[in-house]
Amino acid sequence: MMLGRVQVPPTVKRGEPFEVRVLVQHPMETGFRRDLDGQAIPINIVDTLSARLDGREIFSAEFGSGMSANPYVVFYATARASGEIVVEWSDDRGEKGRVATVVTVA
Amino acid sequence: MLYLTPLLAWAQSPQPAKGGVQFQSADVRAMQADEFGNPGMLWVERGATLWKAPRGAAKASCESCHADGAQSMKGVAVRYPAYDANLGRVVDLEQRINACVTGKQRDAALAYESQELLALTAYVARQSRGMPVAARVDGPASATYERGRTLYFERQGQLNLACTHCHDANWGRTLLAEKVSQGQPVDWPAYRLEWQSLASIARRLRACYFGVRAEQPAFGSDDLLALQLYLAKRAQGLVSSAPGVRR
Repeated sequence: MMLGRVQVPPTVKRGEPFEVRVLVQHPMETGFRRDLDGQAIPINIVDTLSARLDGREIFSAEFGSGMSANPYVVFYATARASGEIVVEWSDDRGEKGRVATVVTVA
Repeated sequence: MLYLTPLLAWAQSPQPAKGGVQFQSADVRAMQADEFGNPGMLWVERGATLWKAPRGAAKASCESCHADGAQSMKGVAVRYPAYDANLGRVVDLEQRINACVTGKQRDAALAYESQELLALTAYVARQSRGMPVAARVDGPASATYERGRTLYFERQGQLNLACTHCHDANWGRTLLAEKVSQGQPVDWPAYRLEWQSLASIARRLRACYFGVRAEQPAFGSDDLLALQLYLAKRAQGLVSSAPGVRR
C-alpha cells in the first residue's frame, strides 16, 4: 500500500466549489534514466488517479512520465451533502494506494 | 600559514545569520511552510508508523523505550551531532538512530539515505520544529569541532575552494541560477526538488564536494561528521523548521 495524503477544508458550503489537495509518495521513474552502471532504470509511474465523493466520481487523471516524483494534485469539487472523499491510484506495476477523508457540509 | 592569516581575517561568520530557506524562491518557501504540501511530511508520516513498529530480534519498537515520540523527541534533533557517552564518539542523528536499531532492536543497521532511515530521522527532526539549533562543542566533542573548523577553511577540489569562500564571503550573491546560501544546516533532513526526495545534510554536503570537484567523503565518515558539527555550532540559535524544502 502506497502512502498518500488528502486534504479538504474543515467545512464546505453546499454547492460551492472547494479545494481538494492530494499528495502521493511515488518515485515516478520515467524509464529514460540510467543508473551509475549505465543500466536503464525501468519505468515506474502512477498511471491513474481518481477521486470519488460518496461513490460519485469527481476527478480522474492519467499521468505520464512528465509528472514529478511525489505527485501533488489539486482540484475543485462541489458537495450537496456531507460525505467521504476516497482517492485511489495505481501504478504501472499494479501497486495501489488509497486515502480517504470526510467532507462536512455546513 | 602566511596566506591563511589574511583569509581568516576577512572570513567572518555571516551576520545576520539566515537559514537556507531564506535564499529560496517564494514558491519554495511557501511549500516548506505548507504543512500539507511539504513533501517531507510524507517521510514524517512514514516515520511515525515506523516509530511504533517492532523491529529486529528484540521485537522492540522505538516506542517501547521512548514512548510517544512527539513528546520524548522534542528538542532532540537540534542537539545533534553530539557526543554520545555510550558510543564514546560524536554521532549525528542518523548514527544515533542506527545505534538503537543495532543495539536495542538487534537488527541490521539501516543504510544511509534509505527510505526507512530518512523517515525516522525526519520524524525525530520534525519534533524540534521551532526550536533553535543547540549543538554542544565543549568537552569530548571539541576535537571533532576543531577538525570541522579546519575542514571548513581548507581549500579543496579542482576548483580549489573552501566552504568559507562561498558561504562566508559570497553569500546572498548569485551563482548561476541560484543564490549562494550561508551554508546553515537547519531544516535538514530536507526535501530537495532537484533530487525529488528527502535527503540528509550529509548528502547535501557531499553535493558541495561534488560542486567544487573534490573527492566526496563517504557517508558516516569522520570528515562529514566534523563538518556537520562545525556547521551546527555556526548555526547556533537559528530555528529549525525540519523537514525543509530546497530547490
